[in-house]
Amino acid sequence: MFPVLHIGPFSLQAPGLALVLAAWFGLSLAEKTAPRFKANPERLYTLVTVAFLAGILGGRFIYVFRYFSAFRDAPLSAFSLNLDLFDAAGGAVFALLGGAIYARKYEMPAWETLDALTPFFAVLWIGAALSHIASGKAFGAPTTLPWGIFLWDATRHPSQFYELFAAALTLFLLSRAWRAESPSGTIFLRFLAWISGWTLFLDAFRGDLPNPVFAQAAAWILLAISFYLLDAKFSGDRA
Amino acid sequence: MNTKQRRILFGIILLAGLFWIVPGIPKMYAQQDSSAKEAPQEGFLAPEFTLETIEGDSVSLHDFRGKVIVLNFWATWCPPCREEMPALQSMYEKYREEGMVVLAVDLTAQDTTEDVQAFIAKNSLTFPVLMDVSATVARAYRAQALPTTFFIGKDGTIQKIIVGGPMSPALLETRIETLLEEMP
Repeated sequence: MFPVLHIGPFSLQAPGLALVLAAWFGLSLAEKTAPRFKANPERLYTLVTVAFLAGILGGRFIYVFRYFSAFRDAPLSAFSLNLDLFDAAGGAVFALLGGAIYARKYEMPAWETLDALTPFFAVLWIGAALSHIASGKAFGAPTTLPWGIFLWDATRHPSQFYELFAAALTLFLLSRAWRAESPSGTIFLRFLAWISGWTLFLDAFRGDLPNPVFAQAAAWILLAISFYLLDAKFSGDRA
Repeated sequence: MNTKQRRILFGIILLAGLFWIVPGIPKMYAQQDSSAKEAPQEGFLAPEFTLETIEGDSVSLHDFRGKVIVLNFWATWCPPCREEMPALQSMYEKYREEGMVVLAVDLTAQDTTEDVQAFIAKNSLTFPVLMDVSATVARAYRAQALPTTFFIGKDGTIQKIIVGGPMSPALLETRIETLLEEMP
């Protein structure tokens, strides 16, 4: 685990760096594959940028709103560069809203746009796995299996590497799928099915989850929804 | 694959998912064992240590069990460390009566006692400043960049790690208040 990379006088936080690089590479891949999904690469790029900015600003806004008393005495802290002054759930909601408003304004078709964004999401998942490897978060449960790794005072399942394998395999399978003709929305729904299926399976090997039942149940529900929508899409296409 | 085959496959996968979740529930709760072990990671017990203050008094982490601890790794040559010290002092004054303590661990291996003394005097710091002469505590906490701050709950568990700085007063306040409110 290498949470900090020292390059000359600079100290870079490796988990954040992995996510930034994955976002950049994922967006480049999405721009490249956009024409397959009849999406405009420039619009796609702007959509992600708008969602990102809306998420950053929204996450900070919600954090300030939640802890208003702390900012009353130090209002300039609201503009601090501390990334920890951020409400993740609020940021996600604002990112979704920002993206949805932009897509609606420019009449971007929902399913085609989600398909076009799928390479971005898939690479971002690889970045998240690399980020977990760097930080040591999302660590595994103790094990006696020979491939266990010694981490945080115990020999554990290398759950971060399981995640990396799952994410890489998913990207590979999706890249084969998006080369073939398929009904709109099914690339994104396949990604949703893969990520929820993997989560359902791999969470059994994690040792850090505060509520494992909730996480697995949520993954199962998401998997069921993606199967239902995939079935509807393929049935509709055949009809 | 036709519709019937697809639906059978989806059904089998969902059923297998249920069989995967249900028997594993008791085992999974049993393996969430992080709070019983010491490691420099969120959710684990903060590694125990004993260091001397700059005045020569011996201080151990367990002396503060039951309090919220802000454990800050710093050095006088580190600009963001210097910048966030007044905010740490201000929070210490505001919350010490409520059961919060700041422990500032100076990486003395990369610093000088004279510089530390001068910095404490200049900034009127009143919280314990601990001298990590051989950097053993910094290594135990894997403090690879300065400043690094660990927010430790009353039960001795690391609740949040912030690498880098300077931390804003609002960030410190929200973290400390959350710990003072949430922990038993």
